[in-house]
Amino acid sequence: MATQTIAHGEQQRVNYLNWKTTVASWLFTYDHKRIGILYLVSITIFFLLGGIAAALIRMELATPKGDLLTSDVYNKMFTIHGVLMIFFFLVPSIPAVFGNFVLPMMIGARDVAFPRLNLLSWYFFMVGALLATIALVKGGIDTGWTFYTPYSSSFAKGEVSLAIVGVFLAGFSSIFTGINFLVTIHKMRAPGMTWFRLPLFVWAMYATSLIQVLGTPVVAITLLLVAVERSLRIGIFDPNLGGDPILYQHLFWFYSHPAVYIMILPGMGVISEVISAFSKKRVFGYHFVAFASLAIAIIGFLVWGHHMFSTGQSIYASILFSFLTFLVAIPSAIKTFNWMATIWKGRVHWEAPMIYALGFMGLFVIGGLTGLYLAAMATNVHLTDTYFIVAHFHYVMVGGAIMAYLAALHFWWPKMTGRMYPQSWAKLSALLVFVGFNLTFFPQFILGYMGMPRRYHSYPEEWAALNLLSSAGASVLGIGYLLPAIYLVWSLKYGRVVTERNPWGARGLEWELVDTPPDPHNFERTPIVTRPAYDYGHPEEPTGIIPKPRPVVVGGKDG
Amino acid sequence: MSVKEAEVLEHGTSLAHPAHEEILGEQFETLEQQNNAYLIGMWAFIVQEVLFLGAIFAAYGIYRLKYLHEFTLAHKELDWVVGGINTLVLLASSYTMARAVRAAMQNKHGRQILYLGFTLFFAGIFMFNKYIEYSKKYEHHLIPGWGYDAHAIVEHGEKKKILEPLPDGNYKIKLETEKTVTPEEFKQRTQLFLGFYFILTGLHGLHVLVGMIAIGVLMVRAYIDYKKRKPVADYMPVEMVGLYWHFVDIVWIFIYPLLYLIGR
Ligand code: HEM
Ligand SMILES: [Cu+2]
Repeated sequence: MATQTIAHGEQQRVNYLNWKTTVASWLFTYDHKRIGILYLVSITIFFLLGGIAAALIRMELATPKGDLLTSDVYNKMFTIHGVLMIFFFLVPSIPAVFGNFVLPMMIGARDVAFPRLNLLSWYFFMVGALLATIALVKGGIDTGWTFYTPYSSSFAKGEVSLAIVGVFLAGFSSIFTGINFLVTIHKMRAPGMTWFRLPLFVWAMYATSLIQVLGTPVVAITLLLVAVERSLRIGIFDPNLGGDPILYQHLFWFYSHPAVYIMILPGMGVISEVISAFSKKRVFGYHFVAFASLAIAIIGFLVWGHHMFSTGQSIYASILFSFLTFLVAIPSAIKTFNWMATIWKGRVHWEAPMIYALGFMGLFVIGGLTGLYLAAMATNVHLTDTYFIVAHFHYVMVGGAIMAYLAALHFWWPKMTGRMYPQSWAKLSALLVFVGFNLTFFPQFILGYMGMPRRYHSYPEEWAALNLLSSAGASVLGIGYLLPAIYLVWSLKYGRVVTERNPWGARGLEWELVDTPPDPHNFERTPIVTRPAYDYGHPEEPTGIIPKPRPVVVGGKDG
Repeated sequence: MSVKEAEVLEHGTSLAHPAHEEILGEQFETLEQQNNAYLIGMWAFIVQEVLFLGAIFAAYGIYRLKYLHEFTLAHKELDWVVGGINTLVLLASSYTMARAVRAAMQNKHGRQILYLGFTLFFAGIFMFNKYIEYSKKYEHHLIPGWGYDAHAIVEHGEKKKILEPLPDGNYKIKLETEKTVTPEEFKQRTQLFLGFYFILTGLHGLHVLVGMIAIGVLMVRAYIDYKKRKPVADYMPVEMVGLYWHFVDIVWIFIYPLLYLIGR
């Protein structure tokens, strides 16, 4: 199977991009690869919008006085930022873009199990995103991304219910994606693709899908109840009406803590792929990394109370939640150590995706470790609702999840587009992101430790220097994010054309058996998998083979 | 390489049965794989539904413990007889649905249409009863946020001698233990009960409605298969709607005792 079987010249070869080119062929496509691209384009828009809000926030905070934005506008701004970034960028990012694009290829399938549901989920996402954006931009919502009651249900003006409907729809889009991937991983694996031959990205996606299916419905109904309380004034969450606001927080975090793993687990999967591909080594302790994903998904459902240590929740509950939170950090640590062991004595290639992956490791470790300061009840009382929290979750979500997203984008870009971006620019931007990120968010740990509360537009003079540093860092970070947008788009037209299947020399069906860019059906025929994942030790043995054509039955032209 | 892998390598990937080809999705290799995929998908969807509705049941349970007296009083407004009839109706519909699935598996299109029709009929009765119940609530001004007025509950409670208006305007609710509440609290908490009633039965009713539409579509499909005298029709859609339908019934099996019965 080493040589191409297609007789026509390379330019003519049919691929998923060129076999149909009308707008309708994109909007009504059932092809998982095209749906992945649809998601890529749409979430990029929301990343940009959320980014603009972030820029305004940092501009306001560059000086102590609340001079650029009134406190009212400031509140709306961080709500826009949080809601768009979390529900409309990070949650769908790696699962919906790269899960869609590469997962079926990785397991040797022609498509996901339910292609139509897959497209439907994109439409749910788009309608939800549209409603939420209208509500946020025109409706003036200032509840923060957490929609805490009773403020959101009884006091907040603005189109809170509309935004809730938007998030609700996006939630169901996420549930559909989760169901689709669960079934795909269970039933669509090619012959020979046993569970323990799966690439670790697939394991991570399996764990993510579990969370999407088990967690998202709870937040969906909870937000719906907020909307009901708003319109009918029944006291589910508002104490003035007989309700209990703490119940809201329980229900909300029952989803939203696991949701942080929806954001990070797929990123961890990407890092496993990238690190092994650029160290030319099998991921160290494959089984541990695979089960760590599942452990995170399961234990992650039992720790939500760590967001509520200072709400008057029972002290015994808090002790338990604190303990379990420490527990959930262990599988993350296992993964980190295993990645380091993978790099150790590997033949490391310093290509752009690898630089991003290394950046992920550095930032994620800081984010995870500071989580432990928050998980300890005594320190939490001091640090909760300060910039320490802000720094913590930006280290894991931006430093972790977005770094991994960029690693994935750079890793699979040649496969997706058939073009290569300029390596030196990509490495430069990885460096800028890393440096800019630390400049932006490390000062916030110190600010939080000194007691600067989150969600205010002004602050005392003595915090001016660190805040200015943070804002300056944010502009470096911004350039770091803009660069890929420019050179990746540039590469679509001017980048080096990639025709070989495996430009990185990586292992995996999507590299070894799928054309660049992929055929609409991925494989000529369903492959047979013969080797475990990441079998870099046996370069002469392919991971899978395409079987001979099926025997001709009656009067067919050829196989 | 296992024996099976070697065999596939020699003979190519499995061939779909020619009769199955038109119902086999492009992405699948065999019909068995497709059917299993649909089943797992449906179960995953049902699990999702359990969590979706489970959160409301949990909230209901919490408030029932907190406002036991008010909730017990308010729940007496629900008509346990109509609710009971509806329970039986839904159980009957589950039975006919199961028969419909069986008929679909055996490719007996006529019988399948008949049983689907029965199911639809029972579902219609259920919805009609719900309509009666809802309109009664409307007459008694018991729709939350819609001119809600606890008057009917007060009267009812007095008649049953479990509610006693105190001279200072408050109410005393007498179950095994007694509890005194202000009129405002009384209104809010009984309204909360009715709120849960409408949210739970409303979402459940919505599910019934979706099921009815799905059954209608299945009937049309079965009729087309019948006309074409198709030897092998795809029974999976019926099986899946069946699964969904049984799930919707089970939700009612939880709603009925939790809202209508306990505390009676
Ligand atoms: C390594 C293990 C982790 C631990 C031990 C941990 C611990 C915590 C704790 C205890 C809090 C609550 C602080 C408070 O509100 O008082 C918190 C907040 C938060 N964490 Fe983590 N965390 C971890 C990983 C992550 C990851 C991987 C993400 C996201 C990808 C994340 C995202 C967040 C967010 C968004 C918040 C704040 C939510 C808000 O209040 O708006 N965390 N973390
Ligand atoms: Cu958390």
